Amino acid sequence: MQSQREYVLKTVEERGVGFVQCWFTDVLGIPKTLNISPAELESALDEGMTFDGSAIDGFSRVQESDVIARPDPKTFQILPFRSAGRAVARVFCDIENLDGTPFEGDPRYVLRRQLERAHDAGYRFFAAPELEYFYFADADPKSGPRPLDHGSYFELTVADLATDLRKTTVLTLEEMGIPVEYAQHEDAPSQHEIDLRYTDALTMADTVMTVRLVVKEVAQERGVHASFMPKPLAGVQGSGMHTHFSLFREGRNAFFDPGDPRGLSETARRFIAGLLVHAPELTAVTNQWVNSYKRLVAGYEAPVYVSWAYNNRSALVRVPAVKANKAESTRIEYRAPDPACNPYLTFAVVLAAGMRGIEAGYELPAEADTNLFAMTPAQTAAAGIRPLPRTLDEAVSAMERSDLVADALGEHVFTWFIRNKRTEWEEYTRVVTPYELERYLPAL
Amino acid sequence: MEPLCCFPDPLPESVVAALAATGAPYRVVADATAAERDEPEEGWGGAVVVATGDPDAAYGVCRVLRKRDNPVAPILLVVAPAHLGDLTTRRELFDDFCVASSVPAELGARLDLLVSAGGEEPRHEVIAYGPLALNLETYQAVVDGRPLDLTYMEYELLRFLAAHPGKVFTREVLLSRVWGYEYFGGARTVDVHVRRLRAKLGEEHASLIETVRSVGYRFGKARWRP
Repeated sequence: MQSQREYVLKTVEERGVGFVQCWFTDVLGIPKTLNISPAELESALDEGMTFDGSAIDGFSRVQESDVIARPDPKTFQILPFRSAGRAVARVFCDIENLDGTPFEGDPRYVLRRQLERAHDAGYRFFAAPELEYFYFADADPKSGPRPLDHGSYFELTVADLATDLRKTTVLTLEEMGIPVEYAQHEDAPSQHEIDLRYTDALTMADTVMTVRLVVKEVAQERGVHASFMPKPLAGVQGSGMHTHFSLFREGRNAFFDPGDPRGLSETARRFIAGLLVHAPELTAVTNQWVNSYKRLVAGYEAPVYVSWAYNNRSALVRVPAVKANKAESTRIEYRAPDPACNPYLTFAVVLAAGMRGIEAGYELPAEADTNLFAMTPAQTAAAGIRPLPRTLDEAVSAMERSDLVADALGEHVFTWFIRNKRTEWEEYTRVVTPYELERYLPAL
Repeated sequence: MEPLCCFPDPLPESVVAALAATGAPYRVVADATAAERDEPEEGWGGAVVVATGDPDAAYGVCRVLRKRDNPVAPILLVVAPAHLGDLTTRRELFDDFCVASSVPAELGARLDLLVSAGGEEPRHEVIAYGPLALNLETYQAVVDGRPLDLTYMEYELLRFLAAHPGKVFTREVLLSRVWGYEYFGGARTVDVHVRRLRAKLGEEHASLIETVRSVGYRFGKARWRP
């Protein structure tokens, strides 16, 4: 600890850091920062920073509104963006109560607690998400989302701009030690995808926060808007955050079994079974906005039914094929989450569901090897295939009945989240949408 | 000072007594593998290799200690009179020697020289290798003159690797020497950090850290090629 602290202080001095951003995340996954000067850093590292949590979503409490943000020196990193010519650094914070105990509303703590439970059972949990997002001309809701490579906005320079954004984003992320695969989509205009190489789930949740910020920042510098909104454009694919998960035990991939014809272990089967049984309960967390459910519709490679398969992109859980000499990369892919989720809470509930499957010895149902989108609701029902929640309202109701999610999130986050999402749904039901005006105003 | 590497296990009592008289820390190793495996993070402070029992095994230990870019020194070799002839063809393997049958005081005197020589070695404040330089005072790393923005653990891993160029480390050894214990990631944390370091070093210099298939990682070129 002492040498980490020393490292941070020396680096700030040596590199002429102008200020340090102390990052944390509210319950909805929105990044927050407390900016401090180098002079304040030493005491921040030693004692943390006390602030009023009542203004932060999910941080308010009845008794006491002050909380402490304590920087995690391991996460200290100079940012590739400068401010007024000076270097800027960031450090992730853990949130504590005034007595030094972890604050139960801190999403980082929620995930850490879940990882510790898995660790006690001998498992280490790894995640590798694929974040999809769009570039738009601006963020103005009035003009609607205007894709860069579709409309008239940047007609001559669209190709150059996209190449440039891609190059800058990759370089910026690599400077921050985040190696990426970057792809441009064919299927939706102006949609892009960043695939992250696996890390432990806590590091990855931090990384997702960083990537979202860097993507937006790089776009903003070029005068465009990057959006992780799940379904900004009707009629084309939405943005998902398919995430590959694996468990390791004693240094070996616990999802791999050389004796199984497909290389899939009993542990993996039970983990998948856990995900399938509890998927509807997790959906409010993995897909937390009204708009998330506009993505989870048939026909756009987004999951609609609770199912699994080896190679079927309509399934909720997919088991990607692994090369014979790459047994250590055996993993499962959970295809529900969208990139506007809170990654800490998402990884926490996925792990909780999978671990429940392992601990309770759930049986994995048969693989869904047909295209589920081609089946009628009667056929899926006859096959015993349940749908995922179709609206935020359904999802919140499923979550409310879930002891698993209540336990994984903890009472504080669980009740705050449900209350917040109920309000969001209520507000949405009161809105008269363009759909209604177009359909009904002339006809009724 | 860093501990001396002493072979064989157990050490002859006369050597144990002489070592105790110097007060220098030491660790006993049973073979060449142990001499590599048990090396402290900062490297051996020197070595005392007794070749009276199994000369070939003893020379093997010396080779392992010398076979890298920063060879362990000084090495004191204790030989039987019958093996003095071996020394002319093994000059690279030791810095000083002592005949096993000599008076105990000689061994003591030579050990004193060894310990003081080891202790005088200046502590490096800069580690440089090719385009890379690490300043251990300021914790800053530069490649081609460009500062690297490293996290603490990335810096620690790079420092450890760069301090042992040409040497292959398994993930487990790196984990225990650099992290001590890593709660959430285990040995895979090493892979993650190597990947992050390579990304930060940039495409041109990513190969400074090489993957040695089914073994682990090596910083810089292997010194001894087939």
